[in-house]
Parts: sequence; C-alpha cells; structure tokens
Amino acid sequence: MDGSDALLLARTQFGLNIAFHILFPSLTIGLAWLLFYFRVQYARTADAAWLATFRLWTKVFALSFAMGVVSGITMSFQFGTNWPGFMGTVGNVAGPLLAYEVLTAFFLEATFLGVMLFGMNRVPPWLHVTATFLVAFGTSLSAFWILALNSWMQTPAGHTIVGGVLIADDWLAVIFNPSFPYRMTHMMLASFLTASFVLAGLSAWRLLKAGADAVALRTLRTGVVLAAVLAPLQAFVGDQHGLNTLEHQPAKIAAMEALWHTEKGMPLVLFAIPNEKERRNDYSIEIPKLGSLVLKHDFDAEVKGLDAFEDHPPVAPVFFAFRVMVGVGVLMIFVSWMSLFLLRRGTLPRGWLWLLSGCTFSGWIATLSGWLVTEIGRQPWLVTGILRTADANGTVDAAQLGASLTVYVIVYGLMFTAYMVVLTHLAGKGADR
Amino acid sequence: MMPDLPDVPMLPLIFALLMGVSILAYVVLDGYDLGVGMLMPAADALEQNRMVNSIGPFWDANETWLVLGVGILLVAFPASHGVILQALYLPVAAMLAGLMLRGVAFEFRMKAEGWHRELWNWLFWFGSFLASFAQGVMLGRYITGFEPGFGYWLFALMVGAALCGGYVLLGATWLIARSEGALQQKSFAWARWGLLWVALGVALVSLGTPMVSATVFHKWFSMPQLPFLMLLPAASLALGLWLWFLTGRNAIDPSREWRPFFGTVAIFVLAFAGLAYSIYPWVVIDRIGIWEAAHPTALKVMLWGTAIVLPFIVAYNVLAYWIFRGKAKENLYD
Repeated sequence: MDGSDALLLARTQFGLNIAFHILFPSLTIGLAWLLFYFRVQYARTADAAWLATFRLWTKVFALSFAMGVVSGITMSFQFGTNWPGFMGTVGNVAGPLLAYEVLTAFFLEATFLGVMLFGMNRVPPWLHVTATFLVAFGTSLSAFWILALNSWMQTPAGHTIVGGVLIADDWLAVIFNPSFPYRMTHMMLASFLTASFVLAGLSAWRLLKAGADAVALRTLRTGVVLAAVLAPLQAFVGDQHGLNTLEHQPAKIAAMEALWHTEKGMPLVLFAIPNEKERRNDYSIEIPKLGSLVLKHDFDAEVKGLDAFEDHPPVAPVFFAFRVMVGVGVLMIFVSWMSLFLLRRGTLPRGWLWLLSGCTFSGWIATLSGWLVTEIGRQPWLVTGILRTADANGTVDAAQLGASLTVYVIVYGLMFTAYMVVLTHLAGKGADR
Repeated sequence: MMPDLPDVPMLPLIFALLMGVSILAYVVLDGYDLGVGMLMPAADALEQNRMVNSIGPFWDANETWLVLGVGILLVAFPASHGVILQALYLPVAAMLAGLMLRGVAFEFRMKAEGWHRELWNWLFWFGSFLASFAQGVMLGRYITGFEPGFGYWLFALMVGAALCGGYVLLGATWLIARSEGALQQKSFAWARWGLLWVALGVALVSLGTPMVSATVFHKWFSMPQLPFLMLLPAASLALGLWLWFLTGRNAIDPSREWRPFFGTVAIFVLAFAGLAYSIYPWVVIDRIGIWEAAHPTALKVMLWGTAIVLPFIVAYNVLAYWIFRGKAKENLYD
C-alpha cells in the first residue's frame, strides 16, 4: 500500500476526529461557567425561574459533554494508532502534559458532573454549588493543559535534544511557551462566545416557538450582553495573537495573508484565489499598504513573504479559513451590538429572532476555521522545527485506516444528527416551570 | 530457560504498577456498567430505566480510568504504546465506536420518545456489547503477542466472548446490590449465567496462555514456584463456587447484598494478578520490556503529579459513590 495514501488517511481520520471533538469542548468550557452563574443566581434568589434555567441548560451541557468525552477518548487512542512517531520523539514533553490533564481535570469534571446532574436532591445546596463550580473549573483546567501542549507544538521552548529525543529541562518554559498566553486567552474567549451565541440563539428559537417566555428572554439577554462585551475583546486579543505569530511563526502569517513575496508596504488582501502553482494571487482585491499597518503598525514596514521560507504551509486553506474566521467574528460583533440596541425596547422583532437563531452555531464556524488556520498553518511541521508530520506517521496500512474511517464517519454522522435533533427539541420546549 | 533480562529500574516499575492498577480499576468499574448495558434486552422498560439510573452518575468517571491507563502506557512506555495500539488497530476502533454509541445513548435515550427511544436503548446494548467484546479481543491478541494466523485469532475471539461473560457477571452482581424486587430476582439468574460463562472463559484463557507463549509456560510450570502459583486458580475456583451458592437462593439478606459483587471483583483481581505475573517484566511479551520506558525527567514530573492528585481522585470518587448509595429509582433525580 502506498505510504502517502496511508499518511493522507491518517491525517483525514485524525483531523475529522479532532474537528468533531473540538466542537463540544468549545461549547462546554464557556457553558459550564454560565451554568455556575445560573446555579449561584438560584442559590442567591431562590427564584424557581433560575432553577428552571439551570435545569434546561444542564441538559444541553450534559449532552454536549458526553459528545466531547466519547470523541476525546477516541483521540487518546489515535495519538498512538495514527502518530506513533509523535510520542517517540516528543513524548517526554508532550506525555506529562497529557497525563496532567487526565489526572487534574478529567476525573474532577467526570465525577462532579455526576453530582451536578443527579445530586441536587441528595446533597446540601452548598455542595451542589461547589460541584457545579468544580465541573466548570475542571473543563477550563483541561483546556489549560491541552492548549499548553498545542502551543508548545507551535512554539516549542524549554527542552533540549538528546540523541534525537526531546527532554524537558524547564517545565515552566514548556508550559508558558511564547504563544501559550495568547492562544489560551483566544480560545477561552472563543469558547465563551460560542456558548453565548448558543444561549442567545436557542433562546431566540424558543421565543419563536412560544411567542413569549420570560425565562427564554432573560437567557437571550444574558447571551447577547456577554457576546457584545466579548466579541470586540476577541478582535483585540486575536490581533495580539497574530502579532505573536508574526514574531514566532512568520510563515504562517505569510500564508494567512497569501503574501508570496517579501514586500515593503504590504497590501491587505481582502479577497483572492491563491495560485500555488504560479505562486501568485488571482482575482485579488487589495487595499494598498494596510497589511503592513495591521501587522507592523507602520505603512511602509517590510513583511516577509512565502519566498523567504524553505518550508511553508499550503496557502489556500489557511488564507480562506482565516477570512472565514475574521468574517464570522465581525458578524458576531455586529449581531450582538445590534441585538443589544434592539433589546432596549424589552423584546426583539421576529425577523431578528430568526437571525439570532441562525447565528446559534456561529462560534463553531469561527472556532473551526481558526483551528484550521493555526494547525494547517504549522505544516509541514507537527512540532515546529523539530518533527515533520510525515515523519510521525505510523505503519497501519491504508485498508485498515480506510475501514475504520468509514466506521467513524457513520458513527459521527449518527451522533451529530441525534445531537441536533435533541438540541432543537429541548430548546423548542424551553425550561419547565 | 529464561533469557537473562536487564534489571528493571524503580521508576518504570512504579509506572507499570500504576498502569496495572488503572487498567484493573477500569475493568472492574466500567466492567459493571458495560455488563448492565449488555443485560438491557433481558429487562422490561421500567427495569431498564432503573438499570441505567444505577450507573448514570458513575459511567463517565469509570471510563476515565481507561484514559488514565492508556495515558500511562502512552506517556511512560511510548515504544510499547505505538506497537500495541497499531497492532490492535481494528479492535481498538471497534471498542471506541462501541464506547461512543453507548456514551451518548445515556443522554439520548433519556430525552428521546417513541421509536427513537427504542433505537437508543438498542444502541446502548449494542455499544456495550461491542466495547466489551472488542476489549476481550484486544486482551486475546495481546496475550498471544499479536501473532498472525487463524488459531490465534480464534483464541482472541473466544477471549472476547469470555470477557463479555465476566462483565455480565459484574453487572448482574452490581444490580443485586443496587436493585430490589423483580429486578433483583432477575439479577440472581443473570449472575448465574454470567458465572457459567466466565468459568468457561477463565479456564480457556488459563489453559491457552501457557500454550501460546513459551515464556509464560516456563513462568508457571517450573519448580519450585508451581505449587504456590496453583493457589491462584484454586482461590478463583473457591470464589466461583461460593458465588454459585450465593446466587442460587434468589434472596439475600440486605446486609450481605454486596457480597456477590465483591466476590466477582476478587475473581477479576486474581485473574489480573495471574496475567500480570505471566507478562512481567514485559510490556509487549518477548519484545519490549518495562525498562524501555520514557526518560526519567518525564517520569519524575508525572510521579509527583500522580502522588499528589491520585489520593484526591480516589477521595472524590468515594464521595460520589456515597452520595449515590442505595437502591436505584425509576426517576433519576431522586
């Protein structure tokens, strides 16, 4: 069997799995803190409406969490089945980070999730509030470790190489590697934005179905207010993250901007079709010099193009994914601010409720495309400058990979369809009073 | 003759032990909830609710032991991890598909109505069975050193069937302790079926393992250790007979209703000890030893983490079992 087929299948399979997986944590990390907020509000006010809110969104959370757990278990196996060379080379650094995630976060969230979901009538209120807090804390802690590992793969630090194998000599430098603070903040905000649009969007769906529902209107407002604050903040943090990437992974930036040649006073490309063969852009629409201003805060600064790098990622997917992410981000700012403006009358017009419902999963689109930018943008490296993706591939043949990929596609398809059906149903029914 | 093997350093030994404990914890804990899943078609709709409710608060934490076990393999024994998981590629994929289906079925069956609910009940059963069977096949392939050939695969398939029996026994004895009335009555009968099934399986694996591996054969059938080693099967047999006796009367004193479950756990521990003895000091039999572990810098930092965190994990797991003690109800939130 051809080795490149197997590599492509291994990448497709892992990519599919991780893309499917990331949807659910990106919702639950933020949603867990919203649940904690609802739970505290109920403890504070003893208002049955808060309890109903908590109960409804706990169901959404449990469903999403289960989807994340099962696809996450799959990933822990696929590290070994699909990328044995990864652990062979960088296992001494990556391994402990993963182990700490399991030890400090997985058990915590899994155990207290049980208490949070089923324990309300069995434990005193303070313990139930604590359990809700620990679930939220656990999911964020899990994000901390996994983003430390991902950031380290982007911008490795704190290690030495002994006989072709990496050894960590400064764990703080490994964890707090150059891109980690930016990526962590960017991802946490992404998760809160995803959760706030799901909250607002599904509440809008309920209002469309029921006409009037005070509980749904309140959660809609919570989602809109949160999004209106966080969406502009995310634009700022994203810009900072981009400057960090320019410093440490300039080839990724060049691919994001489809800048084929090093240039002074680089234009900002609004749209183009990157032509990999001829190494230029077709049909491009650009604003002169604005690219240099965004990246270097100077109209005439020089920005390194793809020709300056021996290895660079494929340009078109990174270029387009980046534009999708930014586009959705701008849409989120507009929709949340406009909603806030319209809400000053206390309610939203029907058309706008439809729009908000349509934006329910905008966070997923933005997160997935951002993830594509950062992961494809790292290629051909698995760990920047240390290990190439092709060198980490395993020996499992294409036939086995193909067969299991088919099974995964069927199972994921079934799970995702059921998830969407149940979510729509739950949201349509609203909170029981 | 055993070949001379290098000494096993302390740190890898500790991690081999930790990995063993995690896998054993997983087998026992997820074993009972997979077993309950496999028993679903034998119960009526209301009983099914109680059965699922008896495991609802625990299954997620139970599966985390699997992640920890495979995580330690990944992190502490990376060379073996690649070999084992690539050799077990297909059964692992089948197990994961099974675990996924049953994991989400917990949520979906609760929220679905009509034929949707029936579908998820069925998928819950199928996922539990597929995961259990695949784990048995993985064990069978692992014991035989992943040898190709029809006979070895047949052996692995039989281990798969035997492990299903073992999990059914765990599930049924769990239900004896966690249910009452007609469901408890049924559980006694289920436990007996599971016991017969598991007796067959354990005999098969015990006989098969020395036959498929000369290394294992030497470790068991040589003097002077043979008489002492025979205590393991003897104790398993005694426990099995005791369980047969306990489950035969269809009634049990409430103060003793956990005995069948813990008797079953003891059988699993003995079988696991026998397996560990057979394999030590290899991680992959005759190929990769425990000493081929990760770098000490990585092992040390993980050992610190484990030593600090593991007591907390055990403590809050115990807390969860205490909170959700008592007989399972039809309504999950009571």
